Amino acid sequence: MASALINVPARARRGEVIEIKTLISHAMETGYRRSQLGARIPRDIIRLFVCTYNGTEVFRAELHPAIAANPFIVFSTVATESGTLAFHWTGDNGFSVTESARITVE
Amino acid sequence: MSRKTSRREFLLTAGAAAGFGLASVIAVEPARATPVAMEEAIRKVIGSARVTPGRVKLDVPPLVENGNTVPLAVSAESPMTEADHVKAIHVFTEKNPQPDVVSFRFGPRAGRARAATRVRLADTQTVVAIAELSDGSFWSASADVVVTLPACVEGV
Repeated sequence: MASALINVPARARRGEVIEIKTLISHAMETGYRRSQLGARIPRDIIRLFVCTYNGTEVFRAELHPAIAANPFIVFSTVATESGTLAFHWTGDNGFSVTESARITVE
Repeated sequence: MSRKTSRREFLLTAGAAAGFGLASVIAVEPARATPVAMEEAIRKVIGSARVTPGRVKLDVPPLVENGNTVPLAVSAESPMTEADHVKAIHVFTEKNPQPDVVSFRFGPRAGRARAATRVRLADTQTVVAIAELSDGSFWSASADVVVTLPACVEGV
């Protein structure tokens, strides 16, 4: 099971733009490398990252092999209401991880 | 008159053969993207729209030691309202095996058109960021990066 680290401020003022940092462990095998026997190592990457705020999508990133191992993504969103931020990573070989974080908006 | 191959002739022939051998080795290497391939990749994402330099900012160090993890940040000035916001920022490279790097998609809910990640760079090259605005215009920024240790493409 891949482990993800998420940094979301626990509380924010209404209308404030908050910065969110995410890090997930994944080798992001490019598919361009070869093993010592010369066989091509098949691609195994995370293709898509989506963040939803109380069910509404606020940010999305489409990743390619040029993203470094253990994808680190920083983005921002507007703190509109208290609720849940859900983070979803999907990729090759059925990779799928969902994490969530609570935020209190006052 | 038959004579033995002179030293000069031998060197010329050997040199040509070596050159040919090298050329064929390069030809079978996995194709590296070229500025032309990057242009094609950009066209695939944005269509035939005209791209104007400006309005988008690409932050990437000018000199990196390790191409395996290069911090990269893109941003664009925008009020991020329903009527006027940045829809997406796409990043491309010239000489990675594949020109596409990442596409960040924003909306008015993002609050700010700014995103950062870490990328791989296979060579010293130019990185291009293209912002797609809600009014249908496209803006670009580019940065030249010198890479001391390229991200490994071959071998484990």
